[in-house]
Amino acid sequence: MDGILALAADNLLSPIILFFALGLAAAFARSDLSIPEAVAKGLSIYLLFAIGFKGGASVAAHGIDATLVLSLVAGLILSFALPLIAFALLRAITRLSVTDAAAVAGHYGSISIVTFVAATSVATSVGLSPEGYMVAVAAVMEAPAILSALWIVARFGKSSAEMEDGLMREILLNGSIVLLVGSFLIGWITGDEGMALIAPFIVAPFQGVLCLFLLDMGLVAGRGLREARSVLTAGLFAFGVAMPLVGSAFGLVAGLLLGLSPGGVMLFMTLSASASYIAVPAAMRVALPEANPSVYLTLSLGVTFPFNLTLGIPIYLAVSRALTGG
Amino acid sequence: MQTHKAKRVEITIESVMEGRLTAALIKAGVTGFTVLPVLGGSGRSGQWSREGQVSRAGGMVSVVCIIRPERLDELLDAAFGVVERHIGVVTVTDCEVLRAERF
Repeated sequence: MDGILALAADNLLSPIILFFALGLAAAFARSDLSIPEAVAKGLSIYLLFAIGFKGGASVAAHGIDATLVLSLVAGLILSFALPLIAFALLRAITRLSVTDAAAVAGHYGSISIVTFVAATSVATSVGLSPEGYMVAVAAVMEAPAILSALWIVARFGKSSAEMEDGLMREILLNGSIVLLVGSFLIGWITGDEGMALIAPFIVAPFQGVLCLFLLDMGLVAGRGLREARSVLTAGLFAFGVAMPLVGSAFGLVAGLLLGLSPGGVMLFMTLSASASYIAVPAAMRVALPEANPSVYLTLSLGVTFPFNLTLGIPIYLAVSRALTGG
Repeated sequence: MQTHKAKRVEITIESVMEGRLTAALIKAGVTGFTVLPVLGGSGRSGQWSREGQVSRAGGMVSVVCIIRPERLDELLDAAFGVVERHIGVVTVTDCEVLRAERF
């Protein structure tokens, strides 16, 4: 317990968390501080490019094995299954309708790539070397949860849920996934030589760019919370904190069964604990327009994302180290 | 200056539906439209601002079409098929244009 608290304290005082807190505080104080939309987009492109390339280069350096394939399969299964658990939990502790609960549940089977990037940064800062292919696991876990959410509505709901033509293509080919997977493949193909060529661009500036991006995320999360706090009941807030812990437990079991390194287990826990706020909300607006976007965006971005960033990641790191001896 | 009567249809809709709406309009033979970003606003779903959005899921766009009056129903039928279940506003106003052959 002391170890977790010490890690949490260290994490809370790291620049990335403090910049996120600055963004939150500025939004709550109604400051006019803002990151221009195009700059924020540029920062996210940089982060996806850097994390994808580094993951691919790491796989090139360490080679591939059966664990890579099994990790991808485990990621797929978790992404399909976690929304079912989230839905059951939501129906038990909140009064959300089937449609709203299914939409929220879909977010919790998918992942937050920024949380993944932050967790990777924390893991490497304490000397861990997570498996590079966890980037591919992250990409695989983006979309299946959407299908689970639509299945839940079709099975338990009254409103219709449509997987219309082109939606799955849009989800699978959304810019974030294409860039992440593309950079991963280029990193894999070019290996150490490619890495040596662009390391000054993607290694040294990475933490600074992440700080700026998290400042923007703090501003966005703070504004979202300010505008939608009326939808945030005690039950929903409890879900937003409890579900990441439940999800991370499943990620922990998967990581341990696969025999991943301490860093890999921690990242699997983080992926299973995080909730989407980019790909899934867009898909839900198309396929489930009756679901209230204030509920799922406020929960995933305003509650679960800050929780994972501040307390979740240190917990996942400490648990992973304790159980893997890392 | 000679002017001609026309209809101005403005459809404010979620960003994620933009491609579907414009595809439906093109399919209905409406080849001229303008897509504008929306900075923020307030409606039945509450107040929102473009600044508080991290993805396209929460954003809105405005699609403006100017057409001949006799083509209005065709356009509205195509638009309604897309916007029916979604957040948004459809307005139709009378306007005048200078070069009728372009619409």
